[in-house]
Amino acid sequence: MADLSIEFCGVKFPNPFTLAAAPPTDSAEMVARAFEAGWGGAILKTTSVETEVVELVYPMMAGLDYEDKKLVGLENIDLISERHIDEVEKDVKALKKEYPDRVVGASIMGAKKEDWQELVRRLEAAGVDLIECSFSCPHGMPERGMGSTIGQDPELTERTARWVKEAAKRVPVIIKLTPQIADITAAARAVKRSGADGVCAINTLKSLIGIDLDTFVPYPNVGGYSTFGGYSGPAIKPVALRCVAEIAKAVDIPIAAVGGISTWRDAVEFLLVGATNIQLCTAVMRHGFRIIEDLIDGLDVYLEEKGMSSVRELVGKSLPYIVEHSQLSRKHKVVATINHETCVKDDLCYIACRDGGHQAIELDSNRLPKVDENKCKGCGMCATVCPVYECIQLKPKVGAM
Amino acid sequence: MGVRARMQELSPEVRKAGFDEVERGLAIHQAIAEASRCLFCHDAPCVAGCPAGVDVPGFIRRLKTRNFVGAARLIREANVFAGVCARVCPAEELCEKRCSSTNLSEPIAIAALQRFVADEEMKRGIKLPGPGAPTGKKVAVIGSGPAGLACAHELARLGHAVTVYEAEERPGGLLVHGIPRYRLPLAVAEAEVGAVLQSSAVEVKTGVRLGRDVSAADIRRSHDAVFLSPGLGYQSSLGVPGEDLPGVLQAGEFLRKVATGDDVRLAGKVVVIGGGNVAMDAACSALRCGASEVVVLYRRSRDEMPAWNREYEFAAAEGVKFEFLTTPVRFVEDGGRLTGVECVGTRLGEPDSSGRRRPEMIPGSEHIIEVPTAIVATGQAPWPGLVELFGGLAAGKGDTIEVCRETQMTPVEGVFAGGDAANGGATVVQAVAEGKRAAKAIDAYLRRVCK
Repeated sequence: MADLSIEFCGVKFPNPFTLAAAPPTDSAEMVARAFEAGWGGAILKTTSVETEVVELVYPMMAGLDYEDKKLVGLENIDLISERHIDEVEKDVKALKKEYPDRVVGASIMGAKKEDWQELVRRLEAAGVDLIECSFSCPHGMPERGMGSTIGQDPELTERTARWVKEAAKRVPVIIKLTPQIADITAAARAVKRSGADGVCAINTLKSLIGIDLDTFVPYPNVGGYSTFGGYSGPAIKPVALRCVAEIAKAVDIPIAAVGGISTWRDAVEFLLVGATNIQLCTAVMRHGFRIIEDLIDGLDVYLEEKGMSSVRELVGKSLPYIVEHSQLSRKHKVVATINHETCVKDDLCYIACRDGGHQAIELDSNRLPKVDENKCKGCGMCATVCPVYECIQLKPKVGAM
Repeated sequence: MGVRARMQELSPEVRKAGFDEVERGLAIHQAIAEASRCLFCHDAPCVAGCPAGVDVPGFIRRLKTRNFVGAARLIREANVFAGVCARVCPAEELCEKRCSSTNLSEPIAIAALQRFVADEEMKRGIKLPGPGAPTGKKVAVIGSGPAGLACAHELARLGHAVTVYEAEERPGGLLVHGIPRYRLPLAVAEAEVGAVLQSSAVEVKTGVRLGRDVSAADIRRSHDAVFLSPGLGYQSSLGVPGEDLPGVLQAGEFLRKVATGDDVRLAGKVVVIGGGNVAMDAACSALRCGASEVVVLYRRSRDEMPAWNREYEFAAAEGVKFEFLTTPVRFVEDGGRLTGVECVGTRLGEPDSSGRRRPEMIPGSEHIIEVPTAIVATGQAPWPGLVELFGGLAAGKGDTIEVCRETQMTPVEGVFAGGDAANGGATVVQAVAEGKRAAKAIDAYLRRVCK
């Protein structure tokens, strides 16, 4: 078996798979079951000082289905943990005692300097391995000047991160960022300047997942009203992947990736763009802690097939292939080719090309789509709409470089 | 919920001309789409429906993320005959019958997915878990069919040294000598049999028959425990005059010849007597051997037929004809050669001990079906004298070896049994399950008794 262990901000994880601060980590009992299943680490659900009273509302979850696919995205209007910090401290102690080789992190959120620093001191004393600070929750908490209110302002980010880092004597501090900022690298740079040890990207996106067309009340419906929530799940993965890659290219700082990661394949992608820790939540809420078996097995087999002995070999491997748009070759020419043997004659490529492309596909008398290579620019839209496996492919244009 | 994936298969016209495999498997995009339909149940009912206990949602999830290696490893953890069972299991009666997706649309095509995984693995070479740390204990396995080899594999993993005694020249039992090649290509059977025998802890001795080439006492003396899985061998007699005539074939022997590649040529019309899966195999094989027409005679009606529905449909699609409520009373000869089967019509009376309605002959309904060849497929029995071995095993129904259902243990200390010889004839996956169960019990026995 390949070595899946990896260091993140000086903390050694037995494998990169970590439960994100969220409902699955809201009790020691749950986290213990996750560790039994094989998870490398867990960030306990965000906690705050006792003066921050948390009262949750229900229902708090609403899923986005796309055609016959359930839950391509999930919106929640959950808040931080309702549990008292005393209980969180007990959980940390119990988990570290039972699972010394696993990483137990605490996620914290405060309104003022004293809160942040008290939280760090207490949790550090309880024995956490790292502190994650949520500067990024997009719903509820910003109304109190917390959450993404901080993360959207690099100056606030730097100042608050500095408070936390000052208080932390032993453990590394990482800052969880919001994608809802004009330039996420500015936030990552602010974290770097503060002296904090790493970033976690990304938190959920502020969203309104849908509206009941009969009652006019959006989801989730809490007694006739709704509110904006945090959007997660597979749908946000491309946003998260971009954020991690952008930070990795611009700032020299360890990155924990989170946002739409569901499978080992997703995890590999985030490692390839520079993450050294992989966090999951929505996929766990959907399928349970048991998905760790597949994450580990899939990653292990992949590494073996690539002839790699450690997961660390993957980190950042794709970054050199991401360049500015202006640096992309204008000489690279491709053309769509359609396999008429497998074509089912649904005309989808024809429509897409005619109304969204370059009118390069014509239907012949048998309704078979024919590509006019002089008109085809090779945009690739036809291949994206074709329902037949590998029927339309982009091939180098003859005579072009 | 999308539509259940279906394998491409050869049309009846094409397939009955030879022994090419009929089902052609799923393409990769079909397999992944089908895997995506799986609901990934917790405490999944499909797992409970699999006698071998394959972690079905686990392997399907690995398949879905294109981790084919991991998927194969997970299946083989529970069933070394993954590719065989994917082809011959009555999945619609086992794992798929309980699939939760049935309540939404159609059950997941579990067997087809398992086959995809096994086929992908065959391309790379089958890898089984290696032998455990040697315990110094020796176990004899009699018979190298699915029960024997599943048992041998588990015993080897537990660190015991296994010797498999096989009467035939080739190992594999029914997988090699019984199942028609159009269902199970020889390459698949041999690859999986070979993977088990590759283990350094498993030795196989072929051409060695218990009671002929080696005595039970010798086996007992040189091993700490024995697993008996000789399968069924003898055709139960029809008890009808003329059964010994040339032209009257025993289904087991006929299928054995056909499966091992003997050039068996038939001509003209063929009658197959019996209504089980072996009768269906014999009928379809007879067509492939050149029979111009095949008629299956069964003494009860279609409803009572023990053959699985899909086997019946398969044969019917190839043009096999069925005469229900008909039973042979005499094989007709001319100059020492079979020329026909004299039959009589039946009607169903009161239920017999098996719960099925007893066929009663209708006087005056005698008629002769003129054929040069008849194949008797009315059931096989354990080898005669089997239960007398090892100082007397207990005989179960139909001279099977009686065993404890939980442990496969016989009343003779250190002797265990499984597979068709113990269960009277069941599925390959059932044989695998019994072999595995016996291995666990043998391991416990060796650790407890033989310190």
